[in-house]
Amino acid sequence: MSGSEKINVKVSNVVPLNDLVTRFEFKRTDGKLFPTFSGGAHTVIELKDGDITRRNPYSLMSDPMDQEGYSISVRRDDAGRGGSLFLHNNVKVGDDAVLSHPVNLFSLDLRAKKHLMIAGGIGITPFMAQIKQLDRSHGNWELHYSVRNPKLGTYVDDLISMHPNDVNVYYDDHKNFIDIVNLLDGQPLGTHLYICGPKGMIDWVVGEAKKLGWPSEVIHFEEFLAPKPGEPFQVKLSASNKVINVGENESLLEAIEREGVDAPYLCRGGACGQCETSVIEADGDFVHRDHWLEDDEKLSRKKIMPCVSRFSGKTLVLDR
Amino acid sequence: MTIQFKDETFRNDYTFKNSDWAIKRFPFPFHEDSYMYSVNMEQHKGGPEGSIYEKRFDVDEHYLSEMHDRAQVLRDDPLRCQSLPNMTLAGWDLLELIMVSKSEDYPDLFELHRDGHKWRWINKPMKIDDTFTFLDDATLPYGPMEYITRQTQGDFVVLDQRENNLWMDAGMVTTQADWSLDFDIGMNFFEWHAPVPKAHEMGIFTRALKFLLNIQQGAPARRLNWTMTVNPLLDTSPENYHKWGVQKNTLTPENIGEKQHLRVELQTFFRLPRSNALVFPIRCYLASFDDLMTFPKWGRRLHRVIRDLPEELATYKGFIDNRPMMLDYLSKYDDGKVTSNGIWPDDETEPKLDHVT
Repeated sequence: MSGSEKINVKVSNVVPLNDLVTRFEFKRTDGKLFPTFSGGAHTVIELKDGDITRRNPYSLMSDPMDQEGYSISVRRDDAGRGGSLFLHNNVKVGDDAVLSHPVNLFSLDLRAKKHLMIAGGIGITPFMAQIKQLDRSHGNWELHYSVRNPKLGTYVDDLISMHPNDVNVYYDDHKNFIDIVNLLDGQPLGTHLYICGPKGMIDWVVGEAKKLGWPSEVIHFEEFLAPKPGEPFQVKLSASNKVINVGENESLLEAIEREGVDAPYLCRGGACGQCETSVIEADGDFVHRDHWLEDDEKLSRKKIMPCVSRFSGKTLVLDR
Repeated sequence: MTIQFKDETFRNDYTFKNSDWAIKRFPFPFHEDSYMYSVNMEQHKGGPEGSIYEKRFDVDEHYLSEMHDRAQVLRDDPLRCQSLPNMTLAGWDLLELIMVSKSEDYPDLFELHRDGHKWRWINKPMKIDDTFTFLDDATLPYGPMEYITRQTQGDFVVLDQRENNLWMDAGMVTTQADWSLDFDIGMNFFEWHAPVPKAHEMGIFTRALKFLLNIQQGAPARRLNWTMTVNPLLDTSPENYHKWGVQKNTLTPENIGEKQHLRVELQTFFRLPRSNALVFPIRCYLASFDDLMTFPKWGRRLHRVIRDLPEELATYKGFIDNRPMMLDYLSKYDDGKVTSNGIWPDDETEPKLDHVT
């Protein structure tokens, strides 16, 4: 079986937070306790949408010590493939779902003398759990959180009221931006930097940190990639001897699963490396979108990450 | 069954002995008649009833004596237990994992009562009954990792996961096959495996690391590893090589069956949830050649494996000089018959040993 161990849950609460973001809370159907987790971990939520099974990864944003329930906060993506829209429009209290055991690809480095967190928009979610974890161990942390405007400032009020000295909020609409160069310049030795947000923000912060000579071991980031829609294409799965069609609104991994072929995965967001698949033959262009393969591996045309990457061309044969 | 705990020694007069029960459940590590490195991982999710795979942390008849030996090693050399400052949370993770597992798997021996963060731990065989505050180091007599591993058989290595690598940042290591925590502390996966011959070229470590980095909560894994030890010594450490190394010269054709032990490690791997660290328990089981020869299948197979093992491996495992004497002994138990697949003794179905000339 692919993915990590599964937990059957029911939706116990649905809390709209603003125009774009809604929180979904879950309880176990068997009444047992949830496993604890480490701040920064995500879960993959599995939902039935008619005949198809939707599987989407979201950061766990509840208190890692709270074993009674898990929560995620989901931003509605009107241009996406419908995963977040389905959650927003269809999922109600009492619905069944399946969550994976937590998997952490954005872990705190507990050697850090200080944790400096940079969040953009919905990128706040992993930090919500990390802050709770660090608070309990009296960790030294500081958050710089950039949002579009006060109305879309998810959890801004909670964060400011609980941590007035450690939380700094910036509003794009007020032309109020993080002064990253000065911020990084003043940090004590032993500070670790964590960034979660849109790709542009991650590239900008990581780029500035590297320019200032920050070693890569102290820079941690998580970009949540959702698979993007694209042109339909056809793939031959050599080991299972099947020819499948990947539709416009599904990922290659989802198409493989739909055909009943068990394929490994964990994050479904191009980061963990679990779904790496060998290419046997290709005549056409790869659309590599993952963070896993090195540039030379992408150029080699020998590997593809089916969770987020696509293909356009005549023939693609995979060893699956 | 109720376990009869033995009072025995792993040093000086070596009174260690396996009961028939312990021999029968010994983790014989060879599933076929030859041996080469492999990652050979499987899920650690129980196993046949009574086998060493059944429980998450196996407790057997040697428990109390092994804990006594560990305490003695630590008295002589406190550096056998170390934990870097970033590993305290992982230590609590490990304490929780072991207490929960043992109290669920052996309710007649261990009890855990939790009222929020107030925990009461009862270890009946060791006559311990302690109340403490979870996550508060000041309420335990030792750090959390040391506290619980002084009460649990096997060595424990706790690995921090970062930069796509594993770092040996904590451990309790007193029953090791000739390696040193004090030397390896702070090293990463490739650094501490540097002395192993052949495996690097075979790409074993790159594959093994990839597997370990992906071990998930709720899905522990396991494998067996093995070496040879003369006399039932738990502490075969580099620090004490001057004491035990010379004992390899005491083997004679008369005493080899009793003195030569196959040393098998049950290695398990668990993701620790609160810290995202990985714990690597290494449980050592010892069986003398005489013990192993009780089962015809194991006798035949051990002879074939030792005979055909590449020289580098016999050297690395430290028995190249004694190999001819081992083979003289073992060949008497190999009548050339076919053996069944798998590690189990299959004593009811395997043929009896023919007289070997």
